[in-house]
Amino acid sequence: MDKLLFGDNQFFGVNHMSEEKARAQAMRFQHIQAVMDVLDDAYDEGMRTFMCTTHDRIALVADHMRVNPTRYSGFKFYPCMPYAHKYANAVTEDGMIGALKRFLPNEGLFNAALRGGMSLAKKDIEGITTLLVDAEMKMFSGLNTPVIFLQNVVVDLLLGLGFKDAFRIFADHVRHRYLAEPGFITMNLPRLLPVLQEMGIDNPIVCANINKLGFRMSGGLEAYQQTLRDQPFRAVAMSVFASGAIAPDEAIEWVSQQPNIQSMVFGASSRSNISSTRNLVERLWPSPATSVAADMSSRPMLVRPS
Amino acid sequence: MDRSVNLAVVGLGKMGLSHLAMINAHPDVCVTAICDASGYVLDVLEKYTGLAAYTDFDTMLREAKLDAVIIATPSGMHAPMVKAALERGLHVFCEKPFCLDTADGEALTQMALAGNRVNQVGYHCRFVGAFQEVKRLLEAGAIGEVTHIQAEAYGPVVLKPKGSSWRTQRTEGGGCLYDYAAHPLNLVTWYFGMPLAVGGTVLNSVFSTQTDDEVFATLFYPEGKSAQLSVSWSDESFRKMSTSVTVLGTQGRIRADRQECQVYLRDTAMLPAGYQHGWNVRYTTELTAPVWFYVRGEEYSAQLDYFIQCIRSGAVNDNINSFSEAQATDRVISMLIADAEQGPMPVAMREAKLKKRWAFFGG
Repeated sequence: MDKLLFGDNQFFGVNHMSEEKARAQAMRFQHIQAVMDVLDDAYDEGMRTFMCTTHDRIALVADHMRVNPTRYSGFKFYPCMPYAHKYANAVTEDGMIGALKRFLPNEGLFNAALRGGMSLAKKDIEGITTLLVDAEMKMFSGLNTPVIFLQNVVVDLLLGLGFKDAFRIFADHVRHRYLAEPGFITMNLPRLLPVLQEMGIDNPIVCANINKLGFRMSGGLEAYQQTLRDQPFRAVAMSVFASGAIAPDEAIEWVSQQPNIQSMVFGASSRSNISSTRNLVERLWPSPATSVAADMSSRPMLVRPS
Repeated sequence: MDRSVNLAVVGLGKMGLSHLAMINAHPDVCVTAICDASGYVLDVLEKYTGLAAYTDFDTMLREAKLDAVIIATPSGMHAPMVKAALERGLHVFCEKPFCLDTADGEALTQMALAGNRVNQVGYHCRFVGAFQEVKRLLEAGAIGEVTHIQAEAYGPVVLKPKGSSWRTQRTEGGGCLYDYAAHPLNLVTWYFGMPLAVGGTVLNSVFSTQTDDEVFATLFYPEGKSAQLSVSWSDESFRKMSTSVTVLGTQGRIRADRQECQVYLRDTAMLPAGYQHGWNVRYTTELTAPVWFYVRGEEYSAQLDYFIQCIRSGAVNDNINSFSEAQATDRVISMLIADAEQGPMPVAMREAKLKKRWAFFGG
């Protein structure tokens, strides 16, 4: 994994500090070209990994990259699924089963429709899960997706319910069908890791809020630090700046001092912000900030990089 | 009380599932039963999590070892279920809105008090750091005398004429008024209390056939004070539900949503600790206390933890979002429905009526 992963919150009006800022971003990135312009800047600044939600609009980014393979050579997507609001709103409209039916394939592919219907009838979670994953992954067809993440709302819901098998089902499917590594996003890192271990998911990739402030780090800062020290896993830090509550240099310096963090994901809307984050990381967190500097290859990463 | 609280979650829809995930992870709670009339989600959960599952509420009440229950069934079912749970001596957390019939709500409030049971309704906005900060500021008199509150909520739920669940029918407690407007209303009654009267209520459909998609109303308070409500769940320019309040006072102004609390204090305002004259902004990062387990926002976890701590400490009266507090919101909701049914009373028509009366007396 690259040390710096480029995130997508800024493109979809997600801002944990201010709804005004979120709206301004939604306006600015209303047309996909504005998103592409920033992604081009990110690419030109050496970013090679785009960690993105499976939002409908990402399909347009994926289309663009598919038709311009040379421009985006070595570019990787880390899809994060599902885009939860899509499902939550559907449940309010159609109820739980109605919503599920809506997202399972129901036309064209007779086989998949049959698989979906049968799974739904048999309460076969394996079948339903794999079909939902396939539906979300359709937009990335032909593109490089070496790590596929399960979003935090789903991970933490399953974790709370004690629905542990779902993690294994997801991991197995992602490995076998997409030759990719499973990733898990969580707001409850110390509680999730033992469960992943129990499910036989070794050395997992786990993305969580990791910041000096302890913001949205359930279980507490100390438990996070202990987990980072003691547990065998590959940590991806998000919300490093705690939505702007911590100064960038202070935030990055602190993260660089924590053990076992492989990457950090960050969002930015301008080339100058992207380059200043990259420069800070290069200065304060010695070792290459992007794979362009470290390794030009874009092979799917199936082993832990040294 | 040292032992853990034995608890059941009833109704495994969107809210029930998320409550179950949070409470099942709570260190002081043992989930001894789950219950849902539709067997589907229940069967899946029983199969994969091993939780004891019931399709019949009364059977569950008889058989399961329980101290407390979380009721997250469709709103129309709240009243009989809360009653049965209280009769069993259980502490009750009920989803909002509390009861569709305020007479039921009143009886249950009395019943919970008489039985000394912890009673709480899921108006989670009162556990949002920024809205709590507004309450603190108002109690400290930071913006002087409050004259007006604007309470709003917008979000993308019903965006086309489609769908069929209890949430799409007013008679079942579905619709923008019960589902969305109840939240900003609950904040208004928290900050301002019960209104003297309501007026100008519009419950309008944009897409729905059997319920409302937008709600507008004025709430009247003594001495010319007022609150206005503006709510729509058919607005996809908001990525998810967004609730906000703006409070105007003689010494300043507060605007708050889930993310931040913006406060303007006039030069003559008395300053609360940490505040300055002019603009002040407090962000969620500083206003939000950490929670033991996070699924979808600290406030959802915090309200459940509060419920459990009230049970453990025996704090039965005056709790945040008690049945009695939720009743205030329910009562305003029924006032709004009655006002909307009465229809508009435009000024022009009133004048015409007056003229008619004069004509009658004259003739």
